[in-house]
Amino acid sequence: MSPSTSSWPPPDAGTAGDGSPPHGTSPGDSSPNGAAPPTGADPPPADQGQPRRAWWRAPRLPGPLRRSTTDRVAGGVAGGLASRLGIDAKALRVLFVVLAVGGGTGLAVYVVAWLAIPRQGAPESILRRVLSDRHTVALAAAFASVIIAALLVLTALGLTFTANLVWPVSIAAGGLVLVWRGADDDERAFLDELMGQAPLIASRDRRTRRSTVARVALGAVLVAVGLSGLVTAGRPTYTVIETVIAANVVIVGFLVAFGPWWLRLARDLATERRERVRTEERAHMAAAVHDSVLQTLALIQRAAGDQREVTRLARAQERELRAWLFEGRSPGSFHESEVTTVAEAVAVIERDVEADHKVPVDAVIVGDCPLTDDLRALMAAGREATVNAAAWSGAPSVSLFVEVEAQSVSLYVRDRGRGFDPGAVRGERRGISQSIRARMERHGGSAVIRSTPGQGTEVALVMPRSAPAPP
Amino acid sequence: MTGVGAARPPGASVRVFLVDDHHLVLSGVRAELGPEVEVVGDADEVGAAIELIAERLPDVVLVDVHMPDGGGQAVIEAVGASHPEVRFLALSVSDAAEDVIAIIRAGARGYVTKTISGPELTQAVLRVADGDAVFSPRLAGFVLDAFAADPGMGGGATPSFDPELDQLTAREREVLRLIARGYAYKEVARELSISIKTVETHVSAVLRKLQLSSRHQLTRWATERRLL
Repeated sequence: MSPSTSSWPPPDAGTAGDGSPPHGTSPGDSSPNGAAPPTGADPPPADQGQPRRAWWRAPRLPGPLRRSTTDRVAGGVAGGLASRLGIDAKALRVLFVVLAVGGGTGLAVYVVAWLAIPRQGAPESILRRVLSDRHTVALAAAFASVIIAALLVLTALGLTFTANLVWPVSIAAGGLVLVWRGADDDERAFLDELMGQAPLIASRDRRTRRSTVARVALGAVLVAVGLSGLVTAGRPTYTVIETVIAANVVIVGFLVAFGPWWLRLARDLATERRERVRTEERAHMAAAVHDSVLQTLALIQRAAGDQREVTRLARAQERELRAWLFEGRSPGSFHESEVTTVAEAVAVIERDVEADHKVPVDAVIVGDCPLTDDLRALMAAGREATVNAAAWSGAPSVSLFVEVEAQSVSLYVRDRGRGFDPGAVRGERRGISQSIRARMERHGGSAVIRSTPGQGTEVALVMPRSAPAPP
Repeated sequence: MTGVGAARPPGASVRVFLVDDHHLVLSGVRAELGPEVEVVGDADEVGAAIELIAERLPDVVLVDVHMPDGGGQAVIEAVGASHPEVRFLALSVSDAAEDVIAIIRAGARGYVTKTISGPELTQAVLRVADGDAVFSPRLAGFVLDAFAADPGMGGGATPSFDPELDQLTAREREVLRLIARGYAYKEVARELSISIKTVETHVSAVLRKLQLSSRHQLTRWATERRLL
């Protein structure tokens, strides 16, 4: 144990460790990925006699070409190119859109760049990652072939301009499938959010109604346009009928050739989604088991000589397991009936950890608010962090600080115990990754863990408040 | 534990007086205090304490919040009127915000809980002797709560008579947050890349606001806290 005057953290604690940025204590925190311009490349102030930069210029930054994570609309391609080429990202975006509308090339180029350029901070490009997954490649090919088929049919129907769209659009479509399937978790979260804003695709339960309305409206407009086209075309001539028949033949041909394949891919997709749901459930389960059973077993091992304590622990664990298995109350969470506000949850953590681990918890709470599902997850993760500190740090006491603000609730657990090297935590140590980090991320929060061997650990958790309570 | 005493002439130990109605606490604190501190006397009730302090004129009085006959607050008010140079550090097991805020407003330069370790208590005493303020994590939390930027809880805008005194600056808030998270002054300084002296300045400024602010919320907040 280090005395109170120990210097923790060391000056580089924020950047060492797990590579997480120091949480927002210092104002003017620069971007975690170093995307902020170094002072040398700062844009010159306009009013100091230096020539003004042309409207389309932007500061040019050194470093490899990476897709931006800070300045992005979709893939961050324009943002990334902008800082490499010294051209304003907005100008690049306009260029892409113009090229996309006129002929589709812009779209294809953009998607290919998205695939080929690694994201800022990512080790490899999406393309490289995804090419090893045959299933995904097949899916992209299938999707591209559907687009090709559709466009060829349209061309056969006499829409000549679609012929030029075939390649760029099908490349873009196939590429987007690869992006979607190959994106890592961070980027996927961003894409999910992006999709959520598009009313046609969003199928999240909260938006179903609106998206249905939008879809029906769009369908109705298309049908109306088609019908009016037929009506204004006057009596169908022989050639028109011939074209329609030909188009239908093409469609049937595609269906015969590719139909079964498309069908199988669609089925595989459904299977895969079920699989993913199951994996997530398993992760939930693992977190819950870790919180209760594994922690208790560890306590029992430590108290092996003390028969009464062992019995007490086993009893408590048995009760908790029963509640979980038969009443569906997962361990480590805070239940509506018992605990309704953040302050009450903090009191529960304080009481339970002190009772189970005989380590005093200095809890300080600022403000209070009712618990929501997200905040319950925050408190569960906070309890886990406190238990970890009490059980493993060897520190004589643990500090727990919770602040309720209008936008978010933050929770800090700090000990001056033995600490550890966050970079060296092995995969099987599920506590931190499952119970704390994954739990926070599932609910839209964040977890930053700073620790220095020999000097202590601090876990910082922040959960945004979804709906600020009315005053 | 070396940097703190630098402002005092070397060799001069800080003279401390203890006031607590529990004899166990008196002897415990006496045993825990480091050699930099000399205990010049103690008292177990308010009247005796006021007399003895006036007689021995210690640098710092460690005073219990809860005692019969008015508690620490009565001692501070009586001594403070006649001997303003004597400084007070409140020591308590009490967690009630109302009591803590009241004793600070009576003139104590800090508040620590009795669970504090010996070296930490010694350091706190030295700090108070130097005229600085001592905030425990809990007191920092109370202050953050009482000076909350969003006056939503009480409802309605309470007129602020003196914005200088009635609000904390962003930096003061940051310092208090770190203290509430369990950081020692030295660690706060390192985290914010400022000197320990600057941290002490911020904390003293907060103490001044806490003592002088006429903010209505402060008292009301403390009372509400008790009702919860």
